[in-house]
Amino acid sequence: MLALIPLFPLLGFLFNASFGRRVPKTVSGGVASLVMLASFAVAAMSVWQLAGLPVEERVIDQTLYTWIASGDFVLDLTLRLDPLSAVMILVITGIGSLIHIYSTAYMHDEPDSEYARYFSYLNLFAAFMLVLVLGASFLVLFVGWEGVGLCSYLLIGFWFKKKSASDAGKKAFVVNRIGDYAFILGTLLLFTHFGTLDFRQLADAVAPLPPEATFGTLSIATLLLFIGATGKSAQIPLYVWLPDAMEGPTPVSALIHAATMVTAGVYMIGRTAVVFTHAPDTMLIVAIIGALTALMAGTIGLVQNDIKRVLAYSTVSQLGFMFLAMGMGAFGAGIFHLYTHAFFKALLFLGSGAVIHALHGEQDIRNMGGLKKQLPVTYWTFLIGSLAIAGVPFLSGFFSKDEILFETFAHGHWILWGIGALTSLLTATYMFRLVFLTFHGERREGAIASGSHLHDAPPAMAFVLIVLAIGSVLAGYVGVPHALGGSNLLGAWLEPAFGIMPAAGEEEAGLELMLMAVSSTIALVGIGLAAFIWLKRREIADSMARSFSGLYNLLLNKYYVDEIYDAAIVRPTVVLSTDVLWRGFDVRVVDAAVNGAGTIVGASASMLRRLQTGSVRAYASSLFVGVVLILGYYLWR
Amino acid sequence: MFNSSFDAVVPMLCVTLAALAAMGAEAFRARDEKMPIGGLGIIGLVGAGVACALLWNRNTSSFGVIVADNFGLFVTMVLVIVGILTIMFSSQVLEVDNLPRGEYYALLLFGIAGMMMMATANDLLVVFISLEILSLAVYVLTGIRRDDPRSTEAAFKYFLLGAFSSAFFLYGIAFTYGLTGSTRLDRIGAFLAAQSMSDNPLILVALGLLLVGFAFKISAVPFHMWTPDAYEGAPAIVTGFMSTGVKAAAFAAFARVFLSAFEPFSQQWVPVIWVLAAATMILGTVVGVAQSNLKRMLAYSSIAHGGYLLVGLVAANQIGKAAILFYLLAYAITNLAAFGVIAMLASSNDENEELRDYKGLWHTHPALAAMMTVCLLSLGGLPPTVGFVGKWYIFSAAVSSGYYGLAVIGMLTSVVSVFFYLRVVVMMYMSEREGPEPVRPRIARMGMVALTLSVILIFYLGILPTRVLDYAAESIATIF
Amino acid sequence: MIPLDHYLIVSAILFAIGTAGVFLRKNLITILLSIEIMLNAVNLTFVAFGRSLGTVDGQIITFFVMTVAAAEAAVGLAIIIALYRHRESLNPDTFSSLKW
Repeated sequence: MLALIPLFPLLGFLFNASFGRRVPKTVSGGVASLVMLASFAVAAMSVWQLAGLPVEERVIDQTLYTWIASGDFVLDLTLRLDPLSAVMILVITGIGSLIHIYSTAYMHDEPDSEYARYFSYLNLFAAFMLVLVLGASFLVLFVGWEGVGLCSYLLIGFWFKKKSASDAGKKAFVVNRIGDYAFILGTLLLFTHFGTLDFRQLADAVAPLPPEATFGTLSIATLLLFIGATGKSAQIPLYVWLPDAMEGPTPVSALIHAATMVTAGVYMIGRTAVVFTHAPDTMLIVAIIGALTALMAGTIGLVQNDIKRVLAYSTVSQLGFMFLAMGMGAFGAGIFHLYTHAFFKALLFLGSGAVIHALHGEQDIRNMGGLKKQLPVTYWTFLIGSLAIAGVPFLSGFFSKDEILFETFAHGHWILWGIGALTSLLTATYMFRLVFLTFHGERREGAIASGSHLHDAPPAMAFVLIVLAIGSVLAGYVGVPHALGGSNLLGAWLEPAFGIMPAAGEEEAGLELMLMAVSSTIALVGIGLAAFIWLKRREIADSMARSFSGLYNLLLNKYYVDEIYDAAIVRPTVVLSTDVLWRGFDVRVVDAAVNGAGTIVGASASMLRRLQTGSVRAYASSLFVGVVLILGYYLWR
Repeated sequence: MFNSSFDAVVPMLCVTLAALAAMGAEAFRARDEKMPIGGLGIIGLVGAGVACALLWNRNTSSFGVIVADNFGLFVTMVLVIVGILTIMFSSQVLEVDNLPRGEYYALLLFGIAGMMMMATANDLLVVFISLEILSLAVYVLTGIRRDDPRSTEAAFKYFLLGAFSSAFFLYGIAFTYGLTGSTRLDRIGAFLAAQSMSDNPLILVALGLLLVGFAFKISAVPFHMWTPDAYEGAPAIVTGFMSTGVKAAAFAAFARVFLSAFEPFSQQWVPVIWVLAAATMILGTVVGVAQSNLKRMLAYSSIAHGGYLLVGLVAANQIGKAAILFYLLAYAITNLAAFGVIAMLASSNDENEELRDYKGLWHTHPALAAMMTVCLLSLGGLPPTVGFVGKWYIFSAAVSSGYYGLAVIGMLTSVVSVFFYLRVVVMMYMSEREGPEPVRPRIARMGMVALTLSVILIFYLGILPTRVLDYAAESIATIF
Repeated sequence: MIPLDHYLIVSAILFAIGTAGVFLRKNLITILLSIEIMLNAVNLTFVAFGRSLGTVDGQIITFFVMTVAAAEAAVGLAIIIALYRHRESLNPDTFSSLKW
């Protein structure tokens, strides 16, 4: 039964890869979407079955066969459904199906063969992602892990005629491989130490050990695994691929960023929660990296002008939040945020896709504006998504983000909490900057289709946007905290999967309520700030242009405040984010490191190949040198 | 311990007879008569395969110098697969290049017979003779396109260095013989185990010289210099054949000599092979990155794969020994199929083997491009292909024997290697061709069948490797 | 009776001469001859060891080696003729179109 879940998309891939070129678009797109829906149906049934079991027994294993057996090491190819993977498969198949449906309309202008190629990659991607989350051991997980890496490479580089697209694909691949390398080293280390690769057996082996006080094997292993996670989930220092990954078609960005690939790292930490909790040093590193990534990506997001790039940095930032939660040991909160984020980030990406679609490929928000009237469906859904991500009360993002901040606070990490809170403010601000610049105000000059009538999202796209908008509002209600009279269903559901009890108790409800108020305020302040800067000032600027002399003093005063604000807060932030963090750190340091590794290999390659002179006598000499070295070693050792 | 009979030589006898038949057929063929000479070869190889299956678990031995133990039979089976696939790929190549069929198939089959002999040899002298049998056949095959200066040059380089290295190898045999009084592996092993000779410099010289001979055949750094040139100059399908068959046979003999006869000296040879393995993996991978010719790139890649096999030899625990056999099979199928694709796309006047010739292949030959992708991914060791399982085995053997350094180098180089394999994939799928489409021959059905079989095997062994792994483990159990 | 060591030293010297010839001489035929010298040095070693061990194995092995050497020479000369047809030269350094 479980095997059917990844099998359906795989069949879709095989169909589109072999016959896709010969069938019309409706068939190839339809098959791809249908297999995802079928997979969703099976996933839902399996989860239903899982939920019917008593809490302690909520694990469904399906051993397909023995994959590898050598000596006393036996590895079964086992799929495992437990509460954690249940959440993941529902997200992947559910949101994945919606993205497939959306794509049928979005990619409609592609030629038949490209259309089929697109859907075959998309299905394959989903299949690998499902293998990743259903795998019961590191090795099965690794199959999916490598597979999604490969597919993301193919999808990001889908429009390979654009050089930037194929470069971005390459970058994604290289960066991910670095992470994979660390990941498999960590896996091997755990394997040699505990002799098993099965998550459950590993957890059972680790659980009785005391947490490592010093930096020992577990810390090194978890750190290596975490480096793997930073590659997949775009954290410092391996996040550089993700913003560039925007070169792919927009639904791909939605799929990679919302439902699938980037969540793999978070999921993997959740899956090995027991091991991570035994390595407190690594946990702290995870939390710090998460918080720093959240903050840095948030500030960078503030100054970007490409609609998809803003969303990309926002994804990086939100993933930072998830890692912060994981590092705090609040695994449930991290997965909760992953789940709500899947809804609103998919919505935002698909919404931006609708905007880009309507503007025939325009992605620069400076050339947009005033799209509210022409694209009402897109506008309203995008707005809901923005409210959700900003953490406005009673939308999904509020509950999950709040839980993370609360956990951080409750664990006594004031600084990290502060960083988190600041990032929330930034999140609200840049998201609403995006909303205001794109949809509000007047259409600005340079917009490509400024004269023509714009079409709102076609039905297939609009349907998906509305469904996701409803999801973005309601998804959080599975995890209403106790403090608000809820029962945190999701948290309770996930608990047995991590094998550890959460630390926070009921008596801190008052604190939680207070923090909630604080973060709600932060969200509203952020939105207000954005409105003030990017809506208000624009009007002021306009009226200034009309009656420059009459209201000079008043305006000057206002302008003065504005300037102070601008000089004291916006400018430094802009400078910091543009010049230091983005241009400086991101481009110079990290890019240079990634490129540098390539350059070293390339340079030594061209040097070493010169040794191959083509002269057979030189080859004979090389052979002879080898003989002399070996005999010399034996005789004069 | 062995039942003495003629049984053990039956597999290579089948192949030799087929080779003789091919020669005879060519000699008595009318000028324009078409003869299914390749079919003769396949019959012989299938016969060898059946003989292998019947000999399995019987541990027969002929004349004391050829032993059909499971280890040798496993490698023989690999060679049978290599032979059949090569013949299936060859039909089109021979047609396009207008090569002499009888000679080609006869040489190919004699070469395979030599390889089988080498894989089952239990005597250093027989190892040497079989090495020469297969080498002479392969030298000629390398230069079989006599009108192509590059092909001839490749043959010449391969021949000269091969003869040079086999002189060292023979010298090593001479010392071993002089010190132990025998060339039989079992007697050498018993002799070395009984007497402590590790302080005798001559036995170390013998060990070193034998090592050189094997290292040359498996193109370990720094004895690899002939490989890129010979692989590039030879016709693609011959390259595929020699990069898999020769390597399989040489590794089988290497493992047998070093893991049985010279086992008591493992303290002495392990550090050297450790260094060879590391250097081979690094050089093969790094230089591969800089290549623009696909055949040359795959030549470097096969050097690197030799390095991975050496890791298995160093690890040499139960997993490692089985891993060598499994990896040999995995590598043989995958690499041969990749070269088969190159061979099928080569036309008579232009080999079309530069990377840029593969731009946009997906648009003209989607099936070939897809199957080539599978081969490249398997060479890169990505799951769920056989290459992944093979690498996993090799590295887990290295780790469980405590050779962390080798495992780390191995994994790092495989990360880098994926980069250049993927470059080809990118060329095929994600590039537009500039200029005219290269002239490509009509793709023969036989080659496509062979390719499809290979791809099925790549996935089958990647997804359900257990059965074959069990065979590999059984094979190891019989001799070491 | 000449002791074994002397035979071994002579054969080692022969082997060294052959080895040096392979990468010092610039004529393909000479290089081929150098390889033959190496093989014959090994033959000498075999015979010497055979004598000192008191068995005939050494001498018998020599016959095998001679056969192999003859086959090798035949193939080698054939390849050299094919090469000569392309470039009209016997200098091994002429043939370096395959490199890097």
